[in-house]
Amino acid sequence: MTITETAAASTPERARGALQEAARLVVLLVILAIVLYPLAWMVGSSFKSQQEILSNTSAIPDVFTPGNYSEGWTHFDVSFGRFFLNSALIAALAIIGNIISCLFAAYAFARLRFPLRGMWFAIMIGTLLLPGHVLIIPQFILFKTFGWVGTIAPLVVPHFLATEAFFVFLMVQFMRGIPRELDDAARIDGCGPFGVFRYVLLPLSRPALVTTAIFSFIWTWNEFFRQLVYLSDLEKYTVPVAMTLFIDSTGQSSVGPMFAMSVLSLLPVFLFFVAFQRMLVEGINTSGLKG
Amino acid sequence: MALTTAPSPTVEPQRPARAPARRRGRGRGPRREGLAGYVFLSPWLLGLLGITAIPMLISLYLSFTDYEVLTPLNEVKWVGLANYRRMFTQDQSYWHAVQVTVKFALIAVPLKLAAALGVALLLNRERRGVGVFRGLFYLPSLLGSSVALAMIWRSMFNREGAVNGFLGIFGIQGQPWVNDPTWALGTLMVLAIWQFGAPMVIFLAGLKQIPTELYEAAAVDGAGRMRRFWHITLPMLSPVIFFNLVLETIHGFQGFTAAFVISGGTGGPIDSTLMYTLNLYIKGFTEYEMGYAAAMAWVFLAAIAVITAIFFSTGRYWVHYADGDDR
Repeated sequence: MTITETAAASTPERARGALQEAARLVVLLVILAIVLYPLAWMVGSSFKSQQEILSNTSAIPDVFTPGNYSEGWTHFDVSFGRFFLNSALIAALAIIGNIISCLFAAYAFARLRFPLRGMWFAIMIGTLLLPGHVLIIPQFILFKTFGWVGTIAPLVVPHFLATEAFFVFLMVQFMRGIPRELDDAARIDGCGPFGVFRYVLLPLSRPALVTTAIFSFIWTWNEFFRQLVYLSDLEKYTVPVAMTLFIDSTGQSSVGPMFAMSVLSLLPVFLFFVAFQRMLVEGINTSGLKG
Repeated sequence: MALTTAPSPTVEPQRPARAPARRRGRGRGPRREGLAGYVFLSPWLLGLLGITAIPMLISLYLSFTDYEVLTPLNEVKWVGLANYRRMFTQDQSYWHAVQVTVKFALIAVPLKLAAALGVALLLNRERRGVGVFRGLFYLPSLLGSSVALAMIWRSMFNREGAVNGFLGIFGIQGQPWVNDPTWALGTLMVLAIWQFGAPMVIFLAGLKQIPTELYEAAAVDGAGRMRRFWHITLPMLSPVIFFNLVLETIHGFQGFTAAFVISGGTGGPIDSTLMYTLNLYIKGFTEYEMGYAAAMAWVFLAAIAVITAIFFSTGRYWVHYADGDDR
């Protein structure tokens, strides 16, 4: 009796659950379509001819024209290859700088006892919320007196001085999860603070270093404000600064190349996303900061 | 390299040593550790002083001067509070920029967080495919802050853009939204909301932390779906909501790239997209009034500090921490 009763009760309920599940999936798919449409439209439009860009607003080109890519690549006096190289160089140096300097600072905060550590740590956390725009004017003056304006030094050197506190924080959090017994074991084997760093924390922090490298790349690649302020020479332009040249060239002939170069400039970040999706999502989880 | 030859016990014990050496090393532990601490910290300290603290003080000084890029530093003139007075009482565009920024944050941030929470609730299931959805929703957060995407946005909301194409399906006459002072800021807000993936990921992590027993107990007590949401999900999630709210607000105030690109670096049409940081850039780097721009930067910093403080002081009334005592 009871068995049939529960079975009878659960059948409509299960049907309702399945219906709800289907509705949920449909809603998610609709939202996803809306979210991804701008990207699809961008890629599609990059293959449209000039006339078609003005007439066809859909994401799918009527006639597939890849010419925008070759035209965009050489649209300005300096080719986009150069801009990509410049961006890549800055990103590579930023990655190296962030990894080394933030790792050092994080090791000091996470493992070593030294006078005023608490105060420095509080200041470091405070700088997390400090808007970069507040410092741009005096930094500009500082770098100008060094003769660095117009070079990539203002975009690179700060990374070697652990100015991105976010990564210090991320690594401190990570190192706190590494058992201290390992430090003790190394110390018994005769390691000093440098040995513990070299043989215990450096190798074990690799996941945090990879996360730092990935986020350093994406943020530096997308970074614009500083590059706009410090770079004035077309030869030294990075991809984002070069992209803004399309704003001024109002002629309709530049719209197609603009689409094509937008696609190319987003491609590296997209590839990073494909390769490290899980890590990116989890990296943002453990730390939460920025977007 | 002198270190290896000199018989210096303070440096020596690094290598695997015999018992007496080790004891000696340990005896000097704290001092050595303190020294090592500062050695490891030195790049950060140098950056803090050279790139953050000292420039901040310099900019505080400059905010009381008429400094322009071309004036040599020893010829700057002290003008007292003139920059601040000009900002608060004379400069129309300054107040306009403040209004634009506040409007942007007040509308875009709540909508972005609502979208993030809504989608997170839909995704909060142990199902196959959740990871794929989560990743794809997150993708705009990675691409959205770039110049390239802002360029695309500009075209999308332009006369021949995808938005008008979509409206055309319903027979609605489109317009170049980015050139219309009433709508231009709206296109920036949509771009911000489009990037809801980053707070969504944080919401999802927070939702996973809520113990299922709470829902089971509430269901036994006859609580419906809405009541469970209001009385369990929201309170349990409040620390995460708080975290996202603080971060996104601060982030929202700093929007620069999209406003620069969509307005072509001017903040137009008719100053309608003149975000605070864009205004600061224009004053400092195209009009070269760096003293004035430094004053603007300091007011900005103070405003962000005050807003953060307000968040934290009101937080205690609505943020619920699960570990018992109400903080």
